[in-house]
Amino acid sequence: MVIEGLFYTEEHEWAKVKGDTATIGITHHAQELLGEITFVELPAVGKEVKQKDELAVVESSKAASDVYSPITGTVTKVNSDLESTPEQINQDCYNDGWICTMKITDISTIDNLLDSKKYEEYLKGL
Amino acid sequence: MSFISNTKEQQKDMLAVIGSTIDNLFSDIPAELMTNEFNLPKGLTEQQVRGALAEIADKNYINLTCFLGGGFYDHFIPAAVYSIISRSEFYTAYTPYQPELSQGTLQAIYEYQSAICRLTEMEVANASLYDGGTAIYEAMMMALRVTGRNKVIIDNSVNPIYRVMIDSYTKNLSIQLEQIECTDGQANRREIFKKLDNDTAAVILQNPNFFGCIDDFSDIADAVHKKGALMIVSCYPISLGILKTPGAMGADIVVGEGQSLGMPMSFGGPYLGFMSSRMKYVRKMPGRIVGQTKDKLGRRSFVLTLQAREQHIRRDKATSNICSNEALCALTALVYLSLMGKEGLKETAQLCADKASYAYHKLTAIPGVKPRFKAKWFFNEFVLDLPCEAADVIARLIEKGFAAGFPLSRYYENMENAILICVTEKRTKQQIGMLAEALETCL
Repeated sequence: MVIEGLFYTEEHEWAKVKGDTATIGITHHAQELLGEITFVELPAVGKEVKQKDELAVVESSKAASDVYSPITGTVTKVNSDLESTPEQINQDCYNDGWICTMKITDISTIDNLLDSKKYEEYLKGL
Repeated sequence: MSFISNTKEQQKDMLAVIGSTIDNLFSDIPAELMTNEFNLPKGLTEQQVRGALAEIADKNYINLTCFLGGGFYDHFIPAAVYSIISRSEFYTAYTPYQPELSQGTLQAIYEYQSAICRLTEMEVANASLYDGGTAIYEAMMMALRVTGRNKVIIDNSVNPIYRVMIDSYTKNLSIQLEQIECTDGQANRREIFKKLDNDTAAVILQNPNFFGCIDDFSDIADAVHKKGALMIVSCYPISLGILKTPGAMGADIVVGEGQSLGMPMSFGGPYLGFMSSRMKYVRKMPGRIVGQTKDKLGRRSFVLTLQAREQHIRRDKATSNICSNEALCALTALVYLSLMGKEGLKETAQLCADKASYAYHKLTAIPGVKPRFKAKWFFNEFVLDLPCEAADVIARLIEKGFAAGFPLSRYYENMENAILICVTEKRTKQQIGMLAEALETCL
């Protein structure tokens, strides 16, 4: 399941961009591969990351995966609901399952992301 | 028969490919450790081997009256400990690799973890680590992960053997390690607070410290927490029968050597590292953790839990390379603690303290023998200054049948005459009197 209007990475993160703000999460495909998610290690608010830097860690019963930042920016808000109900990522990865919001400090990093069509094609090729 | 599976020709071919020589491949080993000849005599019969080994073993002094401590202690071990741990259902050195199949082993580890939590007054314990030294190193690394900082302050009255281990573990890591010299046998608050800043990940302390002195680190915990750092306390589990626990002082990670809980000193191992912490840090903890749950029929059962911390899942980002535990030693500790019970442990600790106090008064009454520190609070070890070099006196006392103590000059400067003496519940009034007499004649 891929949502139109979002940006994607080949590591299966999504970013919803509005002005200089991005909301970040992992894709439907990613949560499906991980299985039942049991823990999310959220980034600290104020953390500055470059595109492809480690941003968060998502743990399931069978794996622990790094979530890489799709853009270069600063973490402004985290979804602290995930601390008690990490399964929100399985249930609704594009809405309630968001991980954090970021202020984009290098807007050109968006150009490196895939749009929904390209990501869908990429998934087919896997 | 050759145990090397390739021929000289093949070796030559392989070396030609990499452009090296055999000697070159071993060049990292210092020359003085290399040898060209091995003392490998012809085979002997089993009976001859036993005779030869017994002869070597006879060179050990095994019947010395032990006043030697320094992190490893001569406590009484009830015979039932061995009987129980020797049961074939239990008898393994490791966490099982098909863990949930071995419910009994997992239950024992779970109960061990519970016992360590109660003993240290902490919220969560792991399934054990190799020994007290590796446990303190793992605690330090855990604090670095929790805080994302890089500086560690360590009191130099933490067991010097542990500090040597930390040094070698961290030699190639970029950790800023600040050692603070203790003052009059106590953690030096002024210096610790001076070094404590917002880059500090942890302050590492020990209670009772290597000199046997006891302390209450509650004030240090407050200061450490104000800076967002963690307080790590290494402790002597038997002492917790009567002393204020690290948990009550506000420690964030508690570690220690578990040998005193039912394990013999046995020339250096196998020993037991224990670790407990606050629940909020559990995901940063190293080692295995057993959890209690229910199976699909609703029956109480046990599992290895929070495994995403470990290297078979998290690979290079694992919290530690520890992927097993000291299962048999942890079981020993559990069985020992269960047999002693709350009251038994208290009584043992009280006996140690009382007998040590008696020995302290007896020994300091000898002309020329003085207490090293002004502070009089100790658990079952204390430091005395002799009128001559401690190592010489200790050597003379071995001939008289005593392992009289530890010469502190081995690890500390300006302590040539200082001896660390330990008294456990096993020592009798008569033995203490005999030590006092022998010491007086050896000065």
